[in-house]
Amino acid sequence: MNRREVLKGLATVPVLGAFAYGTWRKRRLDHIRNHKLAKELNMSSESLEYSHYKHDGDAIRLGIIGYGSRGTHLMQAAGFVPPETIKNWKDSMKYNPRDKRYEDFLQQDDLNVVVNGVCDLFDVRAEEALGAADNVGRDVPGRNMGKQARRYMNYQELLASDDIDAVIIATPDHWHARIAIDAAHAGKHIYVEKGLARKVEEVFAIRDAVRKSGVIFQLGHQGRQTDSYIKAKEAVEKNLLGKINLVEVCTNRNDPNGAWIYDINPDANTRTVDWTQFEEPCEVKHPFSPERFFRWRCWWDYGTGLSGDLLTHEYDAINQILGMGIPESVVSSGGIYFFNQPEYYVKEVREVPDVWNTVFEYPHLNFSLLYSATLANSRDRGKVIMGHDGSMELAESLMVYACQESTRYKEKIKAGLIDPNVPIYTYIPGRKNVDTVATATEQYFASRGLLYTYRGERRVDTTHLHIAEWIECIREGKQPSCNIDQAFEEGITAAMATIAYKENRKVFWDRDREQVI
Amino acid sequence: MNPDWSSLGYLMDSKGLFEGMFHSLAGNATMLNIMDFLNIWGLILVGIGLIAGIFTRLAAISGMVLLAFYYLSHPAIAGVTYAIPSEGSYLWVNKNLIELMTLWVIVLFPTWKSVGIDRFLFNKK
Repeated sequence: MNRREVLKGLATVPVLGAFAYGTWRKRRLDHIRNHKLAKELNMSSESLEYSHYKHDGDAIRLGIIGYGSRGTHLMQAAGFVPPETIKNWKDSMKYNPRDKRYEDFLQQDDLNVVVNGVCDLFDVRAEEALGAADNVGRDVPGRNMGKQARRYMNYQELLASDDIDAVIIATPDHWHARIAIDAAHAGKHIYVEKGLARKVEEVFAIRDAVRKSGVIFQLGHQGRQTDSYIKAKEAVEKNLLGKINLVEVCTNRNDPNGAWIYDINPDANTRTVDWTQFEEPCEVKHPFSPERFFRWRCWWDYGTGLSGDLLTHEYDAINQILGMGIPESVVSSGGIYFFNQPEYYVKEVREVPDVWNTVFEYPHLNFSLLYSATLANSRDRGKVIMGHDGSMELAESLMVYACQESTRYKEKIKAGLIDPNVPIYTYIPGRKNVDTVATATEQYFASRGLLYTYRGERRVDTTHLHIAEWIECIREGKQPSCNIDQAFEEGITAAMATIAYKENRKVFWDRDREQVI
Repeated sequence: MNPDWSSLGYLMDSKGLFEGMFHSLAGNATMLNIMDFLNIWGLILVGIGLIAGIFTRLAAISGMVLLAFYYLSHPAIAGVTYAIPSEGSYLWVNKNLIELMTLWVIVLFPTWKSVGIDRFLFNKK
């Protein structure tokens, strides 16, 4: 072999060398940038592990009060699904391999709980609840059913039963206060759906009862289990945003179901529905109305519309991150601007608005919280926390952008280390490298929920985690994440927003005397 | 370079005739891991093979197979848009297809016989 031969053979090897050098240089620059940024931001680099709540010891014996759509989800989160539903899931899975409902449900941790009592005012739902309670084998009809849970015709009897330790309350809101207070008096632990209550007096009464009885209380804001909110809290504590001055949160939905125009079950009639009991807490009684029974969220008699239903989720998310508590003042406005059209009701037009805006003022903390909602447009407006040095966008994932005029990042922006158009910190749940800046593609896919869905840590229903946390707290005598103090703040704040709308005025909170003025 | 890279987003973004197949690959954790592994090592080995001229023919054919998958998962057909934007408005013919054809040219014209390490391996007289 002569020299010419060798040269011809190795002619392209230098290209590989150049390639390797380029790669090394890029990696080094990325490393320096990430390292400098990470040092500046000082965020913890461990990604959050899927939290396994403990569930050993004796089984906790549950009662479920209210088995509507939310009650169904809560029971599922606790591990109980009617056999017919399991059959539907399995059938659907045959035609659609991407339907993961059955698989996800089977993977859900066994919380070591039993359901001994169910209570629902509609016979059909009560029967379904019994089916779910007895389906301990998580199987299709006719298989593996456990012992018979008992149906109670009213919640007092359920609370009086000594084979129940704790209750899940998923009734319409006008029943929350009475049931929660009676449950506390009966010494039963309480998981109650949001919004806590409709009126200020009710919120105080629930807090008194829970504090006196010492039962373990959890309010149903499952957002407390969202990974990115936990990281968001850290980012705020590490002062990534500077002085926070405005927070913007929104709800956007655009379908009748999202506007609480639920299906009316054709089997509902005066024989199958205990209408008298349903309306018992109402000051003004109405004749039997399936429309009101199933779509109760649309009337002030039973719920508080956007205020208690959806504002509370957004408020609680921010309260979890900033811990700002009850605002000093609240104004609200809105109206029924879309769902007043005849195709969207049977007999009665809804009372609660479908477009709603509330402004909460926190002058002692120097910021405003703005909530804006429409039920007739589904544009994603996200949650944004704005500070002098940066903004934080919150969803499944979390992104922090530096502000062009920031004081804290001034030097780094000048030096080209920080680009205000590119996030300085990104948290994508399930991503291993928290320290490195996510690429644009990664961010794009993450914002659409397309990343890490089926890999690494499992994706878990936050409602399941929220129930699991409550159960663990009952076993260990601890306080859960959305306990009575957070619930009190949520309840008062939502009630103030409702009063502001209904009375068309600015509503104030006297912090020292704990009074709504 | 991203050690957390996954083909999940790309596969889920698939459109056209084979959309269902690519989506089901993405939906299966085991298959997804195999896909990720094959893609990462496939690309590295094909790249080294083509640049240095080692097993050039095999590298070119493997590259064509990879490109065919990319093309089928993201065909340039009218009326579809993808998450990762392209710099032009392609119809039928896109970069994946052109690269695929280019590799075919390499398969047909055995340049490795004159330049590249293959010269040592296959040119023994």
